[in-house]
Amino acid sequence: MAMTSTAGHAHADPHHIGLVIEHPGPAPKRIVTAYGFWIFLLSDIVMFSCFFAAYAVLSGQTAGGPKGSEIFEQRNVAIETVCLLFSSFTCGMASIAADMRNRFWFYLAMSVTCVLGLIFLVIEFREFADLVARGYGPSRSAFLTAFFSLVGCHGLHVSAGVLWLLTMMAQVFAKGFRADILRRMTCFALFWHALDIIWVAVFSVVYLLGSAP
Amino acid sequence: MLGKLDWSAIPFDQPIPLVAGAVVLVAILGVLGWVVVKGHLPYLWHEWITSVDHKRIGVMYILLASVMLLRGGSDAIMMRIQQAMAYQSQGYLPPEHYNQIFSAHGTIMIFFVAMPFVIGLMNLVVPLQLGVRDVAFPTLNSVGFWLTATGALLVNISLVVGEFARTGWLAFPPLSELSYSPGVGVDYYAWSLQISGVGTLVAGINLVTTVLKLRTKGMNYLRMPMFCWTTLASNLLIVAAFPILTATLAMLLLDRYLGFHFFTNEAGGNVMMFMNLIWAWGHPEVYILVLPAFGIFSEVVSTFSGKALFGYRSMVLATMAICVISFMVWLHHFFTMGAGPDVNAIFGIASMIIAVPTGVKIYNWLFTMYGGRIRFATPMLWSVGFMVTFIIGGLTGVLLAVPPADFMLHNSMFLVAHFHNVIIGGVLFGAFAGFEYWFPKAFGFRLDERWGKAAFWFTLTGFFVTFMPLYVAGMLGMTRRMQHYDIAAWRPWMIIAAFGMAVLTIGVICQIVQLVVSIRNREALRDRTGDPWDGRSLEWATSSPPPVFNFAFNPDVRGEDAYWDMKAHAKQQSLAHETPDYQDIEMPRNSPTGFVCAFFATIMGFALIWHIWWMVILGGLGAWATFVVFAWRDHDEYVIPAEEVARIDRSNIEERRSLVSMAGTV
Repeated sequence: MAMTSTAGHAHADPHHIGLVIEHPGPAPKRIVTAYGFWIFLLSDIVMFSCFFAAYAVLSGQTAGGPKGSEIFEQRNVAIETVCLLFSSFTCGMASIAADMRNRFWFYLAMSVTCVLGLIFLVIEFREFADLVARGYGPSRSAFLTAFFSLVGCHGLHVSAGVLWLLTMMAQVFAKGFRADILRRMTCFALFWHALDIIWVAVFSVVYLLGSAP
Repeated sequence: MLGKLDWSAIPFDQPIPLVAGAVVLVAILGVLGWVVVKGHLPYLWHEWITSVDHKRIGVMYILLASVMLLRGGSDAIMMRIQQAMAYQSQGYLPPEHYNQIFSAHGTIMIFFVAMPFVIGLMNLVVPLQLGVRDVAFPTLNSVGFWLTATGALLVNISLVVGEFARTGWLAFPPLSELSYSPGVGVDYYAWSLQISGVGTLVAGINLVTTVLKLRTKGMNYLRMPMFCWTTLASNLLIVAAFPILTATLAMLLLDRYLGFHFFTNEAGGNVMMFMNLIWAWGHPEVYILVLPAFGIFSEVVSTFSGKALFGYRSMVLATMAICVISFMVWLHHFFTMGAGPDVNAIFGIASMIIAVPTGVKIYNWLFTMYGGRIRFATPMLWSVGFMVTFIIGGLTGVLLAVPPADFMLHNSMFLVAHFHNVIIGGVLFGAFAGFEYWFPKAFGFRLDERWGKAAFWFTLTGFFVTFMPLYVAGMLGMTRRMQHYDIAAWRPWMIIAAFGMAVLTIGVICQIVQLVVSIRNREALRDRTGDPWDGRSLEWATSSPPPVFNFAFNPDVRGEDAYWDMKAHAKQQSLAHETPDYQDIEMPRNSPTGFVCAFFATIMGFALIWHIWWMVILGGLGAWATFVVFAWRDHDEYVIPAEEVARIDRSNIEERRSLVSMAGTV
């Protein structure tokens, strides 16, 4: 009885629909780590999408306070965007330098990435401080609540990224291009590029659409 | 110095929480004292607390869930007694206390019982079923568990220090906003869920990566055991849904702490946005819980029917269909919001459609049993009990999915009966089935069948006696969460329900007795072969309990029901007696990272709740420093030499040979 019921299920493809390609076994660590981090990034993007949704719902609720077009400064946003996009390029250069095991180019590219990230953060911080000083803080209206949360959440991610970047440089300095350090570098690069993608969305949804009078 | 915290936070005037808290404290101190006096502390620290072994972490998850089940169950008993008493009177629980109890009951049962139970079972079993040595990220796995434990700890601290939320288990605004809930209850709720939510997300990422990237040779997707499929679906849902919970609670906390206006009544905040967001997490959440249970039933039914699972591919398809559709039905939780007939109709239809793949599964289990040689061991009893119970819960669910009917039954006891019907009948029965089924694998001995069967029958009977009356009370117009009522017609049903609760309690006691009796008789119940149930998947191909490396060799899978296949082949070839070529095995080192991290998270969470800002910074720095120290480690693996592997493996092989020579003769 038991034997006969087994017979029909010995094949993964009992109907012989297609060629069965045998699974080769567990993936190497590099793949597993990067893949897991990708999944984390997807979850992070889901979290951002909630703040985007909240912004979309609340962007019209100014409660007598300012509208987006009255507070957004396009020149600042343009500089921020250039900084962040260019830092993605230098972050890519750092990844290549790590692959080539070239310390000089690695430190240089990471430093430039760090400086660009910091410029971005300073501009964003000044924008926030200026708004609060004018009485347009996040408690002023639901629109400003959503604006500060969405843009601030991205800013917090960039800050965490800068901290991570410095830790990465320290790790390469102390331990060299070890396999586990390179895996972390891959994750860091993925993180930094993902922040860029989110910024593109912030730029379009908040600043471009919001600048319409 | 201590923010909002002072002596008024301790409810000296309320005996119930104070006594309960004291009992818990004495129990904890007693256990700790016993551990220290007996000298078990080093063992506990090295083998369990710092363990990154997926099996140990799985066991700790289940232990946490069991303890919290007793806490959540006590809340349930108190509520049933209150509602049986409080006809034209105040009962014995004042309203503010009763409100905390139903809020804590829901929060605990979902986040700290059902979640850790299913995540624990997935942790324990999935790497074994996939034929691999551990999950993708073992240390993160430990971090995830300990953060979940932090959340549970904070909820329990609220029992004696301060208060818990009085808002219901989802803390709907504007009630949960600062103006209506100025106390720390909602903060306890939100921070414990934020911290344990991070833990859950980590577990989800870990298990998705494990299933997708770490399968043994030949373990193609369509050869994975059903439990691995449902684990994949459930954890994909965790990864997609838990960030929504995190974002939503973050918004609520920003409102409460920094005066933001996401969900306030003033300055343009939008309360219904909270409903949409929280249920966009909340509905997938119920499938996060029930899908693994479906996987457990699939394993159990097929094993105890001695047959391959009927319609394996349709089962995979149904699982993935549920995974996708579960994101398209959230609005049925608030049909009464007034989104209009078109929107309600669409979500009503989607909610009915999701019953179809579930129905497919029920038929598959029935057809798996059809023509099989069924053994009614305890796990099988839970599975059959589930099928009967869950169908009733599913049908009342389809009824509630009809918007006009929902307008009548919204927030009534009928709804309460419905979701207990599916969560107890689905998730909890599944968790118990999995507990009975995989216990021998985890500990090396079986559980006592007599007490197991008694527990099943008392629980099943108790469930029906408790919750069927609630359907009736709901039909009679009784709304949920009532501290007292004046309608005579409801009273008898509340008394019957309280009686049912007593029967349910006997079921729980039977389960505890079962555990004690089984531990006492463990030598008689010992499972020496590693395959006590004549199993079909790879977890039964190794000893019970498995060695730390799970398998001496990565199994080579050639079809569905991998181990059944191996047994059949082994019998045909009378198990070739070649000497295997054992090799060194690298395993991840144990690490206190998870525990230390959770320690700082507890401090930070508590400080955030009580606005003790210096302590928040301290906790945050500590958690960050822990991670940097962890990142700086140089050796994260150790080697088990080939001779050691050979020694461990040989002893099991001998036992197994004697088993295989008998297999297939039944």
